[in-house]
Amino acid sequence: MINPFEILETINMIDHENLDIRTITMGISLRSCAGQDIDTVCKKVYDKITMYAKDLVKTGEDIERQFGIPIINKRISVTPISTLIDALDEPTVEKCVQLAKTLDKAAKAVGVNFLGGYTALVHKGYTKGERVLIESIPQALAATELVCSSVNIGSTRAGINMDAVKQMGETVKKAAEITADKNGFACAKLVVFCNAVEDNPFMAGAFLGEGEGECVINVGVSGPGVVKCALEKVRGKDFGVVAETVKKTAFKITRMGQLVAQEASRRLGVPFGIVDLSLAPTPAVGDSVAYILEEMGLEKCGAHGTTAALALLNDAVKKGGVMASGYVGGLSGAFIPVSEDAGMIAAAKCGALTIEKLEAMTCVCSVGLDMIVIPGDTPASTISAIIADEAAIGMINQKTTAVRIIPAPGLKEGDEVEFGGLLGTGPVMPVKPYLSDEFIARGGRIPAPINSLKN
Amino acid sequence: MKAIVTVVGKDKKGIIAKVSTALYECGVNIVDISQTIMQDMFTMIMMVEFGAENVSVQDITNRLSEIEQEMGLKIHVQREEIFSSMHRI
Repeated sequence: MINPFEILETINMIDHENLDIRTITMGISLRSCAGQDIDTVCKKVYDKITMYAKDLVKTGEDIERQFGIPIINKRISVTPISTLIDALDEPTVEKCVQLAKTLDKAAKAVGVNFLGGYTALVHKGYTKGERVLIESIPQALAATELVCSSVNIGSTRAGINMDAVKQMGETVKKAAEITADKNGFACAKLVVFCNAVEDNPFMAGAFLGEGEGECVINVGVSGPGVVKCALEKVRGKDFGVVAETVKKTAFKITRMGQLVAQEASRRLGVPFGIVDLSLAPTPAVGDSVAYILEEMGLEKCGAHGTTAALALLNDAVKKGGVMASGYVGGLSGAFIPVSEDAGMIAAAKCGALTIEKLEAMTCVCSVGLDMIVIPGDTPASTISAIIADEAAIGMINQKTTAVRIIPAPGLKEGDEVEFGGLLGTGPVMPVKPYLSDEFIARGGRIPAPINSLKN
Repeated sequence: MKAIVTVVGKDKKGIIAKVSTALYECGVNIVDISQTIMQDMFTMIMMVEFGAENVSVQDITNRLSEIEQEMGLKIHVQREEIFSSMHRI
C-alpha cells in the first residue's frame, strides 16, 4: 500500500495548497469546414465542435469526482480561424464576426469555459483573410463572451512583422474602446505572440496549430501554492536545495496532469497531445507565483533579484516536470499575469513591480507581459512599441513571448480594474510618457536574427 | 477497481464501525487499513476494492458523506491511481 504520509500529502496539496488541473483543452481541427459560403461554413463549424466536444465537460467532471482532483477549466482550441476566412468568397469583417458568434454559440452549447483560435499567424506576411480577421478582432471579441483571439507577429526564423505590430497596437486600443463599459475587457481575451506554440492549452492564446491532428487532448497543470508551501520548509537553505525542492514538487504536480490527460484521452477516444507544465496563478490567496519568489527571500516581487529567482523557478519546474510526463509541450513554465496573481497585484500597487521589471522577467519566464492594465490614454503606437520590445526578446532568445495588455478607457495610474473570476484585479500601471510613434510608423519587417555569435 | 478512503477528524467512538459498515453496505471490500492519531486528529486510510459495474466512486462518496456530516469528519474517496502516479516512478 502507498505510504499514508504520501496519501495525506496529496490530499493536503489539493485541500489547502490549491493544487489543481487548470485546464483540459480539446483541440479540434476546423480545416474540413472550409468553404466559400459563410452560412455553410458556420453550420459546419458549429456541428463539428458540438459533435467532437459534446462529452468534454462531463468527462472532465467525472474525472474530477473519481480522482478527487479539481479540474478548473474545460476549453476548446481550434484551427486558426483565418484559414477559414481565407477560403471564403469575399472575406469581410461582418462574415468574420458571424463566424466568431458561431464559435461562441458552439462553446456555450457544450458548456466549456473558453474557446481559443480566433487567430492569425502573420509573422512574415498577411494573406487577405488574415488582414480582414485582424481588422474584425475588436468587434468579434465585443460580440462574444467565450471566444479568445491571438495573433503571431514574429518568430525567430522569420523576424518581426512590424506592419502587424503597428496594426495590433491599434487593434488592442480599439478592442478596449469598444468594450469601455467593461473597462476594456475584450483585451483580456486577446494575445499578441512572438514564436506562438501550436499546442498551448492555456487561454487566451490557445489555438490548434497547422501541424496538429484532427482532434487532441492537451492538459495544463497548475500549483504555485504547492511550490510555495514546499519552499516554506527549506527556508534559509542554499539555492541547490531550493531548485531540488521545486523540481520534486513539479514532478508530483505534473504526474497528476499526466494521469488526468491519459484518462481524459482514453474516455473521450481522442489522442493525448501534451501536458503543459506551467505554474499558473489565480487571484486566490496562496496561489501566487509572486509569493514563491518572495519565499526565496525577496521583500517584494519586483525587487532586484526577482529575475534570477524567476529563472531558477522556471528552469526547475521544467526539469522536474519533464520526467513526469511522456509528452511535454505548450508554454511550460511560470506565468506572470499581473491581475491574476495576488502577490503581483500587491507588488504592482506598492510600486515594487513595474512594466520594465516585468519585461526583464519575461526573458526567463514562460511567456510574457500578461494581464497588465495601463492608462486608457496610452497611444496605440506606444502599445505597438511594447509589443515590439516583447517580440524582440522572444525572437532573439528563441522563446515564446506575448503581450496581453489592457489600456483601460478613462482610467489612469493608481486606478484599479476588477475583471472578476480567474482574471482578477488589475492596478493601472504607468507606461513611459515618451513617444515611439515614428519608430512604429516605419513599418516593414525586422529581419530574422543570426543564430550564432551569441553574446 | 481500487480506491483510497481517507477519514480525518476528531477522534470519537464508532468512526471505524460506521465507515466500514457503510462500505460493506455498498458492496466494497476493505483490502488494507491503517489508522493513527496525528496531532490529536484521528486519521484512517483504507484501501478498498469493488466491482466498477456494481458501484462507483461517486456512490461511495455519497454514502460516506452522510457519515462525514453526522460525525464532523472529512472523508475523501479517490481512485488509487492518483496516489501511485504521483508518488511512484
